[in-house]
Amino acid sequence: MLQQIINLFAEILEKNPDELNPNDEFREYEEWDSLAYLSVIAKIDEDYHLVIPRDEFQKIRTIKDLTNYLENK
Amino acid sequence: MAIFKYSEIGISGISAAVPKEKSNNLTLNDFFTEKEAKSIVKMTGIKERRVAPSNICASDLCYEAAEQLLKDMAIDKNTIDVLIFISQTPDYRMPSTGIILQHRLGLSKSCAAFDINLGCSGYVYGLCLAYSFCKQKTINKVLLLNGETRTKVYSFKDKSTGLLFGDAGAATLIERNKDAGDSFFSLNANGSRYHFIMIPAGGYRYPSSPETVKEKVFEDGSIRTDEQGIMDGSGVFDFTIQDVPKDIIRVLNESSRSINDIDIFLFHQANKFITDHIAKKMGIPLEKVPYSLDKFGNTSSVSIPLTIVSELSNQLPNETKTVLMTGFGVGLSWATGLLNLTRSNISKLIEI
Repeated sequence: MLQQIINLFAEILEKNPDELNPNDEFREYEEWDSLAYLSVIAKIDEDYHLVIPRDEFQKIRTIKDLTNYLENK
Repeated sequence: MAIFKYSEIGISGISAAVPKEKSNNLTLNDFFTEKEAKSIVKMTGIKERRVAPSNICASDLCYEAAEQLLKDMAIDKNTIDVLIFISQTPDYRMPSTGIILQHRLGLSKSCAAFDINLGCSGYVYGLCLAYSFCKQKTINKVLLLNGETRTKVYSFKDKSTGLLFGDAGAATLIERNKDAGDSFFSLNANGSRYHFIMIPAGGYRYPSSPETVKEKVFEDGSIRTDEQGIMDGSGVFDFTIQDVPKDIIRVLNESSRSINDIDIFLFHQANKFITDHIAKKMGIPLEKVPYSLDKFGNTSSVSIPLTIVSELSNQLPNETKTVLMTGFGVGLSWATGLLNLTRSNISKLIEI
């Protein structure tokens, strides 16, 4: 699951998966913007059939946090 | 639950008018960088918008659309018994613009005329209300007018709204029709999120003053006054992808139809990325989802009839199509309708 989420971020941010560390705060990436936010929420909805409400997504800081969140759903 | 069902009532004609002047979102300007503009165009699908000059109001666009529609259909104006004007950019704070339009259009004094203050959900809300009037045997025809000059509401120098909105007006004629079959509507509201899309000042809660017309600079670099519109884009996205699909499913269930029974899905034209996502997620084939937002931007409650006039004029007049339409936004307010368009007159798009 962790690798899948890394790949998802890499695809959306147009980065190489090796550049992404699961403990990075993804909002700090230069490529992170409102389109990236929409894309992550939409992709998770497509792949995992789950819409993460905005107030819950705001608490998620890292790729690892997001993976844990999805695993606990 | 605000679910409505009607039988043998339908839309007999639709027309729309837009201003001639175009604004291209990729034209270089002092406020949006090329990268920002491209990113907004890519996400929303909005390339071009129509902008009304200062002397054209929403009512003027509706007036032109209505005159054309009544002429094309050779309608006796005395048979129009209700005029509903839906807008958040009326001519005056009082009286209702719909009443002024009753006179301008030469309608009878025994025609009911009034305004409704709704935005993106306003076409479906208006249709539902028009259908309910048509259940009265004393009502012949209802004229529904949706008009907006949204470009006058938002600051061009606002990163989240500056490139999204366009101006347009539409007229729709509703009447009893034995061939129309059954129609279904679902109307919804969530006032806890009223601040997601709003104009904070200029009403009576926060009246107009020298302070409210001062430009302020915000954290993201946006510049606007308190009398200009604000939008919490991610909040609206959050709402749209959660509540809109549920409402579509509710209407399909109420009508005992499935996605396959619907010929055309008309989404409010706000953001192609979001509505394509909803369509894909629900298994709606994208060829059943027409768009006009690339040419006209988000025109609030006008976007659905404008899309019909702009994109469907070839296929509708001769056939019956089962259409599902859904409007969502300011309020927050959202509504879904399922109805048949049976040999409806679609007038040619008017440019003024």
